[in-house]
Amino acid sequence: MSLVARHLEANGIATVVLGSARDIVEECGVPRFAFTDFPLGNPCGKPYDAVMQKRIVGIGLDLLQDARTPRTTVQTPFVWSDDQSWRENFMRTEFPGASSAER
Amino acid sequence: MDSTGGADTTYRMFVSYIQKTRAYYRSLGYSKPYRWAHFDDVPFTTLRRPLSEATVTLITTAMPARDEDAGAAAPQAVCSIAASDPPSRLSTHGLFWDRQATHTDDLDSFFPVHRLQELAGEGRIGRVAARLHCVPTEYSQRRTTHRDAPELLRRCVEDGVDAALLMPL
Repeated sequence: MSLVARHLEANGIATVVLGSARDIVEECGVPRFAFTDFPLGNPCGKPYDAVMQKRIVGIGLDLLQDARTPRTTVQTPFVWSDDQSWRENFMRTEFPGASSAER
Repeated sequence: MDSTGGADTTYRMFVSYIQKTRAYYRSLGYSKPYRWAHFDDVPFTTLRRPLSEATVTLITTAMPARDEDAGAAAPQAVCSIAASDPPSRLSTHGLFWDRQATHTDDLDSFFPVHRLQELAGEGRIGRVAARLHCVPTEYSQRRTTHRDAPELLRRCVEDGVDAALLMPL
């Protein structure tokens, strides 16, 4: 998706990525990125939370208007839940060769 | 004021999905890690008209559901959706997202068509573009760069799009 943003931008269409995989998007490099620190699947807000969704879209629109340089990332202010075990549970691997940073 | 509410603040780093996929596939016996796209230079263009006059589209990695019950995705090609008649759901089958922590039953949580329409109604943007788009997720970056991105550009130009919101799942 970041590749699409880059192509549109290079051809005169302003873009903003709304996403939750921060390292993947920033590794590629995009003009504008509104990052929401949620489990992958709901980059525009929690399901059925229209107020949050509208705020996240609004933050993306702000970036379209206000960003002045490429690679502008803004983190939206939302927290998924008190329980943050989703960070470790996703794609959990248990094998002898993995370092703790990779588990 | 503490903006994190009651959240566990012992986590101060976002998840590295590059590390996770590397570790996961290595644990399955794949020795060669996926090489994610990386560029030193990033293009940048300023919005060519005020946001309140701009035509804005949405682009998602979800795909139209071919069979609503089975949840099977449509064939791997760029698809467009009439903004005036959005579907009630899109297929997220086969995509990289956290099925344990959440769900994708609410379209606007990953494809905020109704939120964008509301913002257009309030004058925040000029209008929602006639078509919204779905782009397949390809292992081959070449296919995305040389086949899908130019096709999306063509459709956006046809629709007079000034800006696009892109939502990878």
